[in-house]
Amino acid sequence: MVHETLAATHAVVTLDVGLPGIVWPWLVTINMWAKSIGTGVIFMLFYLLKNYPSESGNLRFPTTVVAIVFIHIFLLFTLADLHQPLRMWHIFFYPHWTSAITVGAWMATIFVGLLFALAFFSAEYGKILKKNDAAFDKLLFWTVLLAIPVTLYTAALMSQATARELWQMPTETAQMMLAALLAGSATMILLGKNLSYEAKSSLGVILGLSALAAFIIYQSELVFGPMKAEEVGAVLEYIKGNGEYATMFWIGQFVAYLLPILLITLSRVGRSESILQLAAILALVGLWIVKHVWLIIPQLLPMS
Amino acid sequence: MQLGFLVDLHLCMGCKGCEIACKVENEVPLSTWRLRVKYVDVGVFPETKRTFTPLRCNHCENAPCERICPVSALHYLDNGIVNIDKERCIGCAGCVMACPYGAIYIDPETQTADKCTYCAHRVASSMMPACVVACPVEANIFGDLDDPISNISKYIQSNSDVQVRKPEKGTNPHHYYVGGGNVQLNPLASERVEGYSLFNKLTTKMPVGGHH
Ligand code: SF4
Ligand code: SF4
Repeated sequence: MVHETLAATHAVVTLDVGLPGIVWPWLVTINMWAKSIGTGVIFMLFYLLKNYPSESGNLRFPTTVVAIVFIHIFLLFTLADLHQPLRMWHIFFYPHWTSAITVGAWMATIFVGLLFALAFFSAEYGKILKKNDAAFDKLLFWTVLLAIPVTLYTAALMSQATARELWQMPTETAQMMLAALLAGSATMILLGKNLSYEAKSSLGVILGLSALAAFIIYQSELVFGPMKAEEVGAVLEYIKGNGEYATMFWIGQFVAYLLPILLITLSRVGRSESILQLAAILALVGLWIVKHVWLIIPQLLPMS
Repeated sequence: MQLGFLVDLHLCMGCKGCEIACKVENEVPLSTWRLRVKYVDVGVFPETKRTFTPLRCNHCENAPCERICPVSALHYLDNGIVNIDKERCIGCAGCVMACPYGAIYIDPETQTADKCTYCAHRVASSMMPACVVACPVEANIFGDLDDPISNISKYIQSNSDVQVRKPEKGTNPHHYYVGGGNVQLNPLASERVEGYSLFNKLTTKMPVGGHH
């Protein structure tokens, strides 16, 4: 509608302050990407222990370490993105509970605590540390439960960014969960070198289906988004046609979703583990690109 | 008490006096703006018209910036002002992302969020905001929306074309415009051509978000 108005009025801004720059930059992309891996591997460990207990038992400790590393990357980049990082403690001493940032920070802190407890129960070091699989598995259940809101809170945060109409859709919640499943299964394919082909192939199915669902949702938003709100339509112009981010958007869709789906299908035909691993690497790289485009484009739109 | 603003766009002549008064009063750093006047030209020569629109924080009743702030640095005062405590702010820029009106920016000197406070410090001393005092044509009308005989209430009662920006966002702004059209109030209704920005070549101490 605005396009017709524009053509009719020839309205041009002739004097104003410059447009705002990017407020949440690539640091936030890394934040989301690392969190998807950190929570996703926990989901996948739970899945493997339920379905392939004998061969996945020795993944308890390495998976926990990978989760700890990536959750710390997530926390580090969250901190790096603050303009006053030394005041981070304000979140714990002056918490404002309507904010998804506050809720997320508290949940992530508890999640980190649970991950360290899991590491404690899965590590073996002389007489000091003894493995306790039963305790690990009990605690893993609660960690998986908490990993769900830790994964989803970013969607809540993005939807609290009322100015960015693109993120207001409930589909963002689904995309966060799909990103965790995709990243978790991809990382597990690379991590679980000693898993049987059947176990790896089932991870490949999770990866392929998550990729397919995420791809369909993004494509639906591309087609139907403009019908929801004028601002969404204007934002999506950045990834359509010759839009500034169109190339990057499609590279992301291919690398994160379409190529992995194709490779996973091929790997099933030839029972090839190396093709499956290639799919996993592409999915992880592509996920960063996809998340980055979706993070940046609503920030390009003038708000006033 | 519920303080609010109304700008009569019929009166505004784009002198930018309010902008400068605001900068001086609030020591707003170079390249940042709590309030600015946007010029939009409409039509094709010789049938053209220039419009002027002062833009500042709307002090929304349902403020997304207040909701998203993790440490309550953005908070409501009893008089309805959405105020900012710069000592409390952690600089997460959540508020910059949440404000649908681009009214918040990260101050390049303090690295904290900043925006128009309706000159809360002056209001506390029973003074008018600096921009109201500076306006030579009294286009800025400030007062208590709860008081039916305040200037702003009377203005709202006597004008039929009172509007707010982006009403669909559900923020219930306490900042009104009279005499505004889509071109003035909707940023998507005008084109931005490279090169018509104030100080757009500044490269040092750039703020994040808001207006720069
Ligand atoms: S206009 Fe923006 S900064 Fe002002 S109260 Fe509303 S949401 Fe907050
Ligand atoms: S930048 Fe400051 S004022 Fe804005 S949401 Fe973050 S802590 Fe609150």
